[in-house]
Amino acid sequence: MLSFTLRRLGQSSVLVLIMSVLVFFCMYIVTDPVAVLASDDFTEEDRIALASELGVDRPILVQYFQFTSNILHGDFGTSFVYNKPVLPLILERLPATLEVAILAITIGLCAGVPMGIYSGLNRRKKITKAISFITTIGYSIPNFWQALLLIIVFAVWLRILPASGRGDTTFLFGIGWSFFNLDGLRHMLLPAVNLAIYKICMQTRLARSGTQEVMFQDYITFARAKGLPRQRIIRRHLLRNILIPIVTITGLELGGLIAFSTVTETVFSWPGIGKLLIDSIHHADRPVVVAYLILITLMFVIINFIVDMAYAVLDPRIRHT
Amino acid sequence: MNRLEINLWAAFRGHPVATIGLVGVTFFILLAIFGPLIAPQNPYDQTRLDILDGLLPPMSKLGDGTFSLMGTDALGRDILSAVIYGLRISLFVAFMAVFFGTVIGVTLGLIAALRRGWIETIIMRAVDLKISFPGVLLALMLLAVFGSGVDKIIYALIIGTWASKARLVRAVALSEMKKEYMDFARIAGLSQFHIMMRFLLPNSIAPVLVVLPMSISGAIGAEATLSFLGVGVPITEPSLGLLIANGNDYLLSGKWWISIFPGLVLVAMVLCINVVADRFRDYTNPFLQGKA
Repeated sequence: MLSFTLRRLGQSSVLVLIMSVLVFFCMYIVTDPVAVLASDDFTEEDRIALASELGVDRPILVQYFQFTSNILHGDFGTSFVYNKPVLPLILERLPATLEVAILAITIGLCAGVPMGIYSGLNRRKKITKAISFITTIGYSIPNFWQALLLIIVFAVWLRILPASGRGDTTFLFGIGWSFFNLDGLRHMLLPAVNLAIYKICMQTRLARSGTQEVMFQDYITFARAKGLPRQRIIRRHLLRNILIPIVTITGLELGGLIAFSTVTETVFSWPGIGKLLIDSIHHADRPVVVAYLILITLMFVIINFIVDMAYAVLDPRIRHT
Repeated sequence: MNRLEINLWAAFRGHPVATIGLVGVTFFILLAIFGPLIAPQNPYDQTRLDILDGLLPPMSKLGDGTFSLMGTDALGRDILSAVIYGLRISLFVAFMAVFFGTVIGVTLGLIAALRRGWIETIIMRAVDLKISFPGVLLALMLLAVFGSGVDKIIYALIIGTWASKARLVRAVALSEMKKEYMDFARIAGLSQFHIMMRFLLPNSIAPVLVVLPMSISGAIGAEATLSFLGVGVPITEPSLGLLIANGNDYLLSGKWWISIFPGLVLVAMVLCINVVADRFRDYTNPFLQGKA
């Protein structure tokens, strides 16, 4: 187990190293911070002074080590637009993104798993066909277009839910949360449903294929032969067995959810990290973009590492391959 | 399934929804190809646009007497014409990205299976790296760094497409490599390139061809999303996604047609492709033959 952990940790470090090199050199090739920061009346001497102040006149390898050492010290630079250090800027927006993501996952699981189990158990019923058609449509409609439809229906026509913004927040542990606040929850509902639609479709399909597979296993036949009631077989024998892949995929998809939150947050003007990224791209606020890329990469590497380790704990065969 | 043998008639007979999808796909492709001949106006010819025609609802008459089925935008541009031209750009970007992404992915997958060793390790590690990252986010990063444009978004989507194809082809090619005819080919002294192109490629390509429709609809959706976010195609060549974004500002004031019609066309097209893709997948899956 120790050697597996070390090997896996080594792979993750290489991955982070490669990403940091890629991000740094892409930035180095594409942008000239002197040209961005210098005003028009700068003389050649001013430019050289600015370049040496920023450290961009030194050899590229020295700059790369400076870049990584700053990041390791938690210094991601200063935003051009907000004129604040980048790391706190991103961290203070993170709760808004996370709470929508958590609500979306909850909705996805609560709606998707029962629909999937029902479809798997009743393959030929009309409702199953309808569910299958709806999931195909849900997969086919782009996320942002679903968001626009939600706004038109619930905010413009019915006027029951707000179309944008975060609403009131309640402070808990020094951070504002919309979860514990009725107005906040009302604002959160549409973005969360928007993110959840794809999750619902995915969970339905996962649960359906899982159910179809598990129902033919000997232990289900045996449980039936014992004369166990149908409800008990579903809850004790079926649900527990299909839950393993569902939980894994949900964990792995957390990253995808954060990625898609850029779209949802933009449409609903939700002040999370996704909207921050899009705004920063439009304002050419490079330090924020770079910091976002690096933090997201780190998050992915950590999630993948945890999932792999969990697998290795659960399934001894993986440790030895 | 070694060779891809799809008999269109047999695949779609008795599947009305899939057949409608196939007709729809054909319609959209023809519309994209012959768009400029069909569209009521050239939406990018500034001299033809009249600002007095701006923001007219669907089924209105324009100043020059032409009829506007889907209404007009703020500049007096006919939405139907804009949609037809946008469809061309959306489809062009998606086809180019999937084509080049597939060529690159298949080549790398075949090389990995043929050469093994450290070449395979590097290629497959790169595939793992790419697949652990959501495609839209990766494309967003690339466009953030390199700026937007039709060519740039094609590159970004190529980077999003190649990895899954490489993985798929390598898996099939590895099992093909174990077969006798590969030994004969090697004994016959054929070059590795010859073996790859004449033997390995035709026998390993089928599963990739089956998932191609899905890749194309995915690329259309991804391009629309990126353009909607304003990091995709430039304003001078608006795809369906950018048209939707342009109408977004008017949505809350009740002028729904500017973004609803491009959106409906986008959804209809993606839906048709996905229905056809599902049918291809089921048809080529031997376990499902005769079922469902």
